Formats: sequence, C-alpha cells, structure tokens
Amino acid sequence: MNWKRHDYDNIPGTYVFNGETAHAAYGLNKLLFSFNRENNRKAFAADPDAYAGSFNLSAEQKKALLENDYLQLIRLGANIYYVAKLAVPRGLTMQDTSAAFKGISTEQFKESLQARGDGLTQRLEQAGGFWNG
Amino acid sequence: MARIVGGVTTSHIPAIGNAMTNRLEQTPYWKRFFDGYEPVKQWLADVAPDIAIVVYNDHGLNFFLDKMPTLALGCSDRYENADEGWGLKTLATFTGDAAFSWHIAESLVEQEFDLTTCQEMYVDHGFVVPMALMWRHLSEWPVKGIPFAINTIQHPIPSARRLYKLGRALRKAIDSYPEDLKVIIFGTGGMSHQLQGERAGTIDVEFDLKCMESMISDPDWMADLSTTQIIEKAGTEGVEVIMWLVMRGALKDKVKVIHKHYHVPVSNTAAGVLVLEDAA
Repeated sequence: MNWKRHDYDNIPGTYVFNGETAHAAYGLNKLLFSFNRENNRKAFAADPDAYAGSFNLSAEQKKALLENDYLQLIRLGANIYYVAKLAVPRGLTMQDTSAAFKGISTEQFKESLQARGDGLTQRLEQAGGFWNG
Repeated sequence: MARIVGGVTTSHIPAIGNAMTNRLEQTPYWKRFFDGYEPVKQWLADVAPDIAIVVYNDHGLNFFLDKMPTLALGCSDRYENADEGWGLKTLATFTGDAAFSWHIAESLVEQEFDLTTCQEMYVDHGFVVPMALMWRHLSEWPVKGIPFAINTIQHPIPSARRLYKLGRALRKAIDSYPEDLKVIIFGTGGMSHQLQGERAGTIDVEFDLKCMESMISDPDWMADLSTTQIIEKAGTEGVEVIMWLVMRGALKDKVKVIHKHYHVPVSNTAAGVLVLEDAA
C-alpha cells in the first residue's frame, strides 16, 4: 500500500475527499447514502447500533457515527454531502455542522459569514458593472 | 442549425431551494440575492431558449461512490428529481431531448471527451435549483433540460483547463446539430465555500470577484489555476466553480455582459450570477 501524497494534504482544517478516503470510508459513506430512502432513515433512528452493524464500518467510524461526532466522521473519510444526509433529517443545517466542526455556536458561525458581506455593495461599486439592487 | 444564445452562471445550493419552497424570497436575508435574478428571468423570457444544458455536480443522488463517472451526460427524454435525504421538495419531471443529447455525446467522444451516457438519471439540487431559480413562476418548465454531471466531489477531479476545453468542444457539438434550436448553458456551482473541517465557512470575496472578471475577459486566468490553488482560495466545495468554465468555453472569446450579480452570504456560500452572450 502506497497512497499518493498531494499538495492539498496540508491545507489546515481541510480534508480533501479523494481515492484514499473514499476507499477507507466506503462502508461509512454507503451507510450515509442509504439515507436517501426514508425507510432507511427510520430504521437507523429506531436502532442506530443495529443499523450501523449491517454496514462495513471500522470501530472508530461506528463510534463517531453513534456519538454524532461530525468532525471525526469527516476525519475518518465521510464525505460532507453524505454527512448531510445524516444531519439534515435530524433537524440540523449545514451551518450547524460547520459550527460543530469549528467548535463554536451556530450563531457565532452565522455572524462570521454575515461579516464577510460587510461593505460588499461599496466593494462592488468600486469593481464596477454589478447589479446592486 | 442549433445555436447558443448565451451562458449563465448560478449557485445551486439546497438552501436556495428551501427558501423558494418556503417563499422567503422577499425576507431581509434573501431579498438581495433573489432580486438579482429578476434581470436574468427577463433576459431568458426575451431570448426564449429551447434547450438548457445544465452543468452541475451530483451530490449523491444518481451516483454513489461505487461508480463515479468524471463526465456524465443525460441522454433521455425525461429526468426525475427524487429524495436526496435533505428534506428538499421534489420538483416536477423535466423533459429532455434524447436525439440532441446523443448528438452531443457522439460529437464530444469524437473530440476525445470520453463521457458516460445515462438513459436513466435522477437530477439532484445541482440541476433543479437553477431551473427553479429561472422558471418557478411558470406552470411548467419552458425548456428541455439536458443534465451534464461533472465529478467535482471525489478527487481526482478534472482540471479547470480540461473543463474549459470541454466547453470549446461542446460549442462545436451544439453548432453542428441540424435542428433550429436555441441553446443556453448554465454553469452552476460556487462561489467560494467550504462545508467541511475546521476551515468551514471560507468565503473569499476578492478571489470570487477575480473569477467573475476572468469569466468575462480572461478565462485563461481561471483555467490556469490548479485544483489545489482553487481549493486554497474557494474551499473544498467551492472548487466546483470550475464548472463555469464549461459554459465559458462554449462562448466566443469575446463576450457581452448582460448581467452581473454577487452576493454574500447565502447559507455558507458566496453566490455569483453572470449572464453572457457572444460579442457581435
């Protein structure tokens, strides 16, 4: 086994989903993909442990799944779009999961996003040619 | 002969779909974002395209990781939306044009873009959110839709340069279709956003504005960026902005800007809208 290294491996706080992660977390992502169907979402909600047992997960993947440890799931190879299939039916938004990754509250996270838009209309006027309402 | 009447860039994120379903367009959070689409809708009504080719990435509805095509073209007369586990309302079936799609497939393969053809294909929010943004005010979809799914999720993904070249090839394919059809291309996705990891919440206004300017006057600037360079600036999910280059490659070197709109934030994302036509 000799997985290729990439120049994107060292971007802080970033887990690029590639062949290595897709391979390591195939069973985990397969479980998450199954949540496209409502009956599977219900079966998982009724008995998470048993449902997880019917997929090929590592012990630590199963632990992260059952403990709703979203950052750990990403670190162990879950794709974020598949994690959403777990989180959204439970009433979470992608802003809640992002806040969890960062260890801050959802309100703090939303405020930080909102701040990125501060002064935007002036910036666009400076750039020129933008529709500005 | 078929001809391209223009290209549009747009975000496709699910939060926009939910906002439309819940009629939040005129609430303070969403108003500026949605108002910026009114000129696009007007332009679309004026040019009245027959076919919309929607370049998007599937997020785990039609394709799972068991088989992940790099380029997948819908080659059917109809496409269904379906539950992708995100609580989005399922939208009405879309009409396709199999003969047109198969012509595109033949031409692209002749030009060495060896794609996957799909006779059954569920279309996810990446396809349906743009369609709804443009035409939800009508009782039925006024265009035939052609889904063109590009893998931007499981690396290796195609380079920006490769997708720009794909756009060039797509132009040749469309120009050689014998029926008189007006074709529009949607380059969807972007702009900067990262949904995962401790770096979630990345939004880079300066980079986004450079990308928009590049789409207009210098597409080679964006096409020259490496995947890692784009991830560093635009985020792991924002890298999907490379799909805009398919649309841009299908237009002439010189374009006319009909509309330009940028908004931050919508959910975790920066949103950029361009309407471009070939320069006369």
